[in-house]
Amino acid sequence: MATEANGAEEGGLVFHPMDQFIVKPLFGGGEVGIFTISNVTLWMALAVLAVIALMVLGTSRRATIPGRTQSVAELAYGFVYKMVEDVAGKDAVGFFPYIMTLFMFIVFANFLGLLPMAFTPTSHFAVTVMLAMLVFLTVTIVGFVKNGAAFLGLFWVSSAPLALRPVLAIIEIISYFVRPVSHSIRLAGNVMAGHAVIKVFAGFAAIAVVSPLSVVAITAMYGLEVLVSFIQAYVFTILTCVYLKDALHPSH
Amino acid sequence: MATEATKAAGEAAAPGMPQLDFSNWGHQIFWLMVALVVIYFVLSRVALPRIGAVLAERQGTITNDIAKAEELKKKAADAEVAYNKALADARSEANDIIAETKAEIQKDLDAALAKADAEIAAKTSEGEKAIAEIRENALESVKVVAKDTTKEIVAAMGGKADAKTITSAVNARMKG
Repeated sequence: MATEANGAEEGGLVFHPMDQFIVKPLFGGGEVGIFTISNVTLWMALAVLAVIALMVLGTSRRATIPGRTQSVAELAYGFVYKMVEDVAGKDAVGFFPYIMTLFMFIVFANFLGLLPMAFTPTSHFAVTVMLAMLVFLTVTIVGFVKNGAAFLGLFWVSSAPLALRPVLAIIEIISYFVRPVSHSIRLAGNVMAGHAVIKVFAGFAAIAVVSPLSVVAITAMYGLEVLVSFIQAYVFTILTCVYLKDALHPSH
Repeated sequence: MATEATKAAGEAAAPGMPQLDFSNWGHQIFWLMVALVVIYFVLSRVALPRIGAVLAERQGTITNDIAKAEELKKKAADAEVAYNKALADARSEANDIIAETKAEIQKDLDAALAKADAEIAAKTSEGEKAIAEIRENALESVKVVAKDTTKEIVAAMGGKADAKTITSAVNARMKG
């Protein structure tokens, strides 16, 4: 933090920490339309290819004694499967491919975004809000389809004293609708902040005296970002499981 | 660098955070949905059933192997019990045979000893008898020699020896 204050005093330094998040077309200039091939398209496609490489090509030998890639694929499978089973319950296993899709996409988008010069789709609210809304809509629809009106019991805390219940119901409803907001901002915010901070530290590297410190700081931040990449994917997935559990078993 | 102009345009549109440039949300959401649908189909149609099958197969193999190992272990334990039993049987049988043989040998030995004792006794008595006979004969011979010698001595001394007297004198002497 002291470094930042020093750097600001220097002046003349050029910081564009947010430039890495700009969406731009890959071919030609012009506006970004809905179907334009942009850097978003490229890095999402790379994430898709990475998922296919790991989960399909990596397991193509179907070995009983797995190789390295197959071990990783099985590890990912077991990790998410166990999470769904433990957190959301055994009857949520039908949602496993859906949750696995979310997890694999976020993990690979995050990790590919850590490559130098990369673009990180998950740093954009457009992406994370959409992901969170998908989860929110799924959970709400599943809740009403499976439980009917009983799903509203989620907001009616039957274990609380009768007088408190309406107040709690209002709080519960607000918290329910805030879920997709926190769900999406948490992911995009974490990823964006880390990447922006790395860029800021990189800006300081222009000053010869500070540059060793800057490199150390970038390395440290990068390590932290590797952790954050996985942890945020994990958090997003486990929250999805928690919400799904509410939808399947709304009683408190 | 080639897209400097675009970059500038982008920055102009969203001076602070490109994330809040809502003009490209449709674009991002469209490609996100494409990516998710592709991943979903690849995972749910190909990857997840395959991995699930591999894991189930492995679990089956492991369970089978453990059951087989358990069975073999039981077999080995049974074999050991049988072996120990056979060993104990053989040992007791050997002991029986040893005892029997020992008893037989003892009996034979006793019989042989008894027989040998009897033979020795017989031989001893025979020998004693022979010795007694020899002694008797020796005594007779001594008597005859003594009588002859006495007669000669008496004759040599100029006397006339009466056979009866000499005999009685020798007999008396030899008894003494």
